[in-house]
Amino acid sequence: MTAEPLGATDRKVGRTTGRRSGSSKRLARIDAAVGLSFAAPAVIGVLVLGLVPFGYVIWYSLHDWSPLIGEFNWIGLDNFTRLIADDTVWSSFLTTFKYAALLMVLNITLALGLAVLLNQKLRGTTTFRAFFFSPVIVSAVAWVLVWNYLVAANGGINGALATIGIQGPNWLRDPTWALVTVVVIQVFKGVGMNMILFLAALQNVPAELKEAARIDGARPSRVFRSITLPLISPTILLVVMITTIGAMDVFVPIQILTQGGPGRSTTVISYLLYRTAFEQQDFGYASAIGVVLFVVVLVLAALQWSSRKRWVHDEV
Amino acid sequence: MTGSMNRRRFLAAAASLSAGAMVLAACSGGDDAGGGGDAPDGPVELRMVMWSANEGHHEIFNQIADAYIAENPDLVSAVSFEPLTGSGYVNALTTQIAGGDAPDLAWVSEANAAQFVQSGVLYNLQPTFSETEGYEIDDLLDGAIDVWSADGEIYGYPFSNSPFGVYVNNDLLAAAGQPNPRDLMASGEWTWDTAMEIAAAVADGTSTTGFQPSDDPFTNWNSALGAMWMSWGAAPWSEDGTECTFDSPEMVEFFDWFHSQIYDTGAVAEPGAEFDFASGQVGLRLSQLSSSTGLGDDFAWDFVPMPDGPAGTVPVVGQGGVGVVARGDNPQVAADFLAYFTNPENSALLAQFFPPPRESLLTVETLSAAAPALTEEQIQGTVIDQALVGVTKVGHVNMSEIADPVRVGLDALWVPEGDAATVMPAICEAISDSLAG
Repeated sequence: MTAEPLGATDRKVGRTTGRRSGSSKRLARIDAAVGLSFAAPAVIGVLVLGLVPFGYVIWYSLHDWSPLIGEFNWIGLDNFTRLIADDTVWSSFLTTFKYAALLMVLNITLALGLAVLLNQKLRGTTTFRAFFFSPVIVSAVAWVLVWNYLVAANGGINGALATIGIQGPNWLRDPTWALVTVVVIQVFKGVGMNMILFLAALQNVPAELKEAARIDGARPSRVFRSITLPLISPTILLVVMITTIGAMDVFVPIQILTQGGPGRSTTVISYLLYRTAFEQQDFGYASAIGVVLFVVVLVLAALQWSSRKRWVHDEV
Repeated sequence: MTGSMNRRRFLAAAASLSAGAMVLAACSGGDDAGGGGDAPDGPVELRMVMWSANEGHHEIFNQIADAYIAENPDLVSAVSFEPLTGSGYVNALTTQIAGGDAPDLAWVSEANAAQFVQSGVLYNLQPTFSETEGYEIDDLLDGAIDVWSADGEIYGYPFSNSPFGVYVNNDLLAAAGQPNPRDLMASGEWTWDTAMEIAAAVADGTSTTGFQPSDDPFTNWNSALGAMWMSWGAAPWSEDGTECTFDSPEMVEFFDWFHSQIYDTGAVAEPGAEFDFASGQVGLRLSQLSSSTGLGDDFAWDFVPMPDGPAGTVPVVGQGGVGVVARGDNPQVAADFLAYFTNPENSALLAQFFPPPRESLLTVETLSAAAPALTEEQIQGTVIDQALVGVTKVGHVNMSEIADPVRVGLDALWVPEGDAATVMPAICEAISDSLAG
């Protein structure tokens, strides 16, 4: 057998590879076209419905715009200078952070607890799951309106408390309770969705890992802390991020339940933005608030995303 | 700034702002020149926005519009009546105007009249009304068009000129052993103080409340209390609107008095409590003629004039007005339609639902149609007699800027230890810049 020169083989291979490569490129182009056609509606949607309006908002934030009078004048960064000196804006941001923090703690704790409970092989879990998930599919306005009656000073909750000799607070008119009440109402509205996400994550935790830990003598709390939590940490990150972003632009419960009061105790930043734009018709300034809100949410999301390497399992 | 640019700017901003400055539509389009005073080439379609979705109201409106179109086929081909219901009516209306989608005609309440007139939103109706044969502008009640006028010109027509009165649940008062307000009126003892004594007795130890203002005083202060403080000779700002008078002795006295009715006597329910007069849960309720439509025979009730205050008898009317939006496409045609819509004959039709501002129509016969549940005595004494001499509730040219700071300031009063003497000056401090313009 005569050995074929190495170069010839290489050239053959090369020619063969070249033909295959050309075909692969065509296939790749077709794949890309198909992929783009699927992605295009979403991309165009984001561009047209998200980025373009946001570009407009930045432009408007540089103007004094009173649409009822018809004034639209360039004022540069004056709206941002005004914003920096506006205590109402910063107190609204502080209220928003309080709301978001409280919502996050209560929502995630409760959702995870319920998911762990529902992950057991117990009777009635399906009913229990439906019970907690049903508020997710109820209209937000309807949900809040019903709660508005329940938490009225003379509403159902205080009526129930009165039957056992407890005088309940004026939930929505007491500055101490108003924000907490709104948070609790929102927790019950949204906990079902997070519960389902956690439940799905829990059901993907390999049973053999937990079994191995138990054989090694780990108690249930240690198994949960050292096996389960790390393995569902990507879901925890997801839930933390979507809950944070959702909390930062909360509007419906504030508008219906408290209108930002009493005082400004529940005036979150998105509600202040709404009032500034649509009630006071100060669109330029409201746009500046919107830009700052966007930056704040972006920074928060970036911080959460960048922190994942420290605590999210399988992240690099 | 062109109408087209207006529209693009506004829609994009509205969409973005309402979603936390991130997502929503920036749909734009249409060349909306708006505000044109030129004669249209052919018949146009007119659109009126309003806060009422009442079928009876719309039936009358369509009847009038059909008659106008039949008489003026070259001017108008259709008139649509678009209800924008809910508490955000003014926001929705201003949003439409700002977005270059201005309606041709719009309802405006008396509280916002000054703002809409002074900012140039409304079209001057004086020439059209004056030139319309048989309009009888002199028939309008003295003072009824004050808040709709500027520099001697009329910018809106107060189609509803409705006095405030007090609805009385006679059954609750009798159960509490309280005198009938009509007896107190006869003896000259129908005052706000006696009314609150009655209210406190009604509320005492029951699941009802004694007195309910015309709106929630803790969130809508002007709508709820604006008709009451006039009985104290009080006003929130000077007549020209530039000086705050929330801290005047009369205003402080009124708010101190009202505070004590909540936290000392219990005559008024505390903030956050929900009661409904029509369900028999309220002893006395301040309201207007239109509230009678929701009342049945479940309990005995009456509708009496407002009590006297320290400043004596001060009848107050709330108004709903209609004007032509200057930035609409066809303001002159819309003004002509409005002159027809509110002429004496059609005002008589509208009076089936709204107390008219025309003296000739203020009769028991006319208003019986508007409020069939009211007796002749109630209509004459509580509606007609009061409308003839009533003063209009105040508004302000910067109402949209003032409303929220005042609400926030008043929240410091709506606690048991709240002190009007401290809170009122703080409110003046908060709104002084807005009042100065």
